Amino acid sequence: MTGSVLAIELAYWQETILRVLGLLAAVLLPAGAIVNLYLFKMMAFMQSRLGPWEAGPAGSLQLVAEVGKWLQKEDLFPAGSDRRVFAWAPIVVVASTFIMYAVVPFGPDAWFADLPTGIYFALAVSSVSVIGILMAGWASANKYSLMGGLRATGQLIAYELPLVLAVLGVVIQAGTLNMQGIIEAQRNGEIFGFGGIGNPYILTQFVGFALFMIAMQAELTQPPFDMPVAESELVAGYLTEYSGFRFLLFFIGEYATAGAFSAIAAVLFLGGWAVPGIAFDSNVMNVLGPIVMLVKMMLIVFLVMWFRFTYPRFREDQLQIFAWKILIPISLVNIAVTAVLKVAF
Amino acid sequence: MGLVPGVIKGLGVTLGEARKTVFPDGLTKPPNPIKGAVTVQYPREKEDPAPRARGVIALQEENCTACMLCARECPDWCIFIEAHKYLAPPRREGGKPRQRNQLDRFDIDYALCMYCGICVEVCPFEALFWSPEFEYSEPKIADLLHDKSRLGQWMETVPDFEDYEAGSEVKKKKVPR
Repeated sequence: MTGSVLAIELAYWQETILRVLGLLAAVLLPAGAIVNLYLFKMMAFMQSRLGPWEAGPAGSLQLVAEVGKWLQKEDLFPAGSDRRVFAWAPIVVVASTFIMYAVVPFGPDAWFADLPTGIYFALAVSSVSVIGILMAGWASANKYSLMGGLRATGQLIAYELPLVLAVLGVVIQAGTLNMQGIIEAQRNGEIFGFGGIGNPYILTQFVGFALFMIAMQAELTQPPFDMPVAESELVAGYLTEYSGFRFLLFFIGEYATAGAFSAIAAVLFLGGWAVPGIAFDSNVMNVLGPIVMLVKMMLIVFLVMWFRFTYPRFREDQLQIFAWKILIPISLVNIAVTAVLKVAF
Repeated sequence: MGLVPGVIKGLGVTLGEARKTVFPDGLTKPPNPIKGAVTVQYPREKEDPAPRARGVIALQEENCTACMLCARECPDWCIFIEAHKYLAPPRREGGKPRQRNQLDRFDIDYALCMYCGICVEVCPFEALFWSPEFEYSEPKIADLLHDKSRLGQWMETVPDFEDYEAGSEVKKKKVPR
């Protein structure tokens, strides 16, 4: 990746270190930006508050203070908990987030792994976090945690289906599972013969985009789909017994996954790192691409957070009915229509 | 049909609220969230509580006869009263000296007080009043036991009674200050 950007031959271990640092930056920077910009500030403004205002100018260093606070806290294991499973659960959740980022392309050559079935890999890995959440719920030896874990599992499995089926429409239209290929298909695409802005699939796959956004909201367990951590009945669901660094890992996992899903949505529906109508050579795009991706990601996360701060929580049965009886049939129809139109045109 | 417009309207409400908070003077003016937020930035600007807010209980010491009604009615026994009797000089020449109660101690433990206001209601001599003052927190919980001089200082912050309804025959009470 970086080797071709700098046109320097790097040893394998040097490249590995750069990849690890790049992945850490790719995971932590959007997560920090999401928490600081949206969770602290936008939420406060939408509720006529100021939000954090003391740490740094206009509270911009609040996140540093929060992380410092979490790192000081005691690493608690509740009595009766399954210590090993309890300790590993947040790591499983965070690991699934990190691996999701591995296949997201940030430029023509700026990727960590260019798999032929990239989008399939990303969605498959994203469901590994279900195991981590179930581990957390089960190992906490706490009925609230267990209920939260079970609810989260039921919800994540239910919304995995519309998520994957919404992506299928894009895959059919692009004709590839490779994420670079999907970006290329959007960059060179045409809408009814007009190719001036390429073909960002948000225009032709708008039903798929809406389905993806709703299912993504549920996958991230953000309100209105936050039944697993419903504080009025479950304290904090599977997070109840976690403190200190392990809670911080869950927290990073939650918002880094929001970043990862929005990165995937940006690739699938907004054209990824490509700027419509502008064709730089690949060296420029390798530098510009991550910035374009970050802007598009932040746009998508803005939508997610906007829905989050607006809507009240679904009831558990409504939540399941919404997935199985509404979203999945619509996404199946979407796939069928996309396939017919793909063959027709 | 009824559902979808409401859902979209909700998005408009939250976004409009954010716009009003960040740009209180309109979108062309620079953002000023401190002005736009409805919250009070407490240590920097002081909140203006409602005049009848139950902030703290103030004591008019001269009116207290140490009748103990408030201490006995207090649900969590947070009022401490000590007094002794003394003979006041007679009103007329050659009269009998009057027996009076001298208040030695009148403490309210605000760590226990639950701000029910029964003592204010029950006081027959208009010695206890509600004050909207709220800045009397202490680092140590034992220091929340405030004595009669402190309670007396709060009398200055007690607001006047509000006017009764128009045409009322009842005389408006005055706060003794």
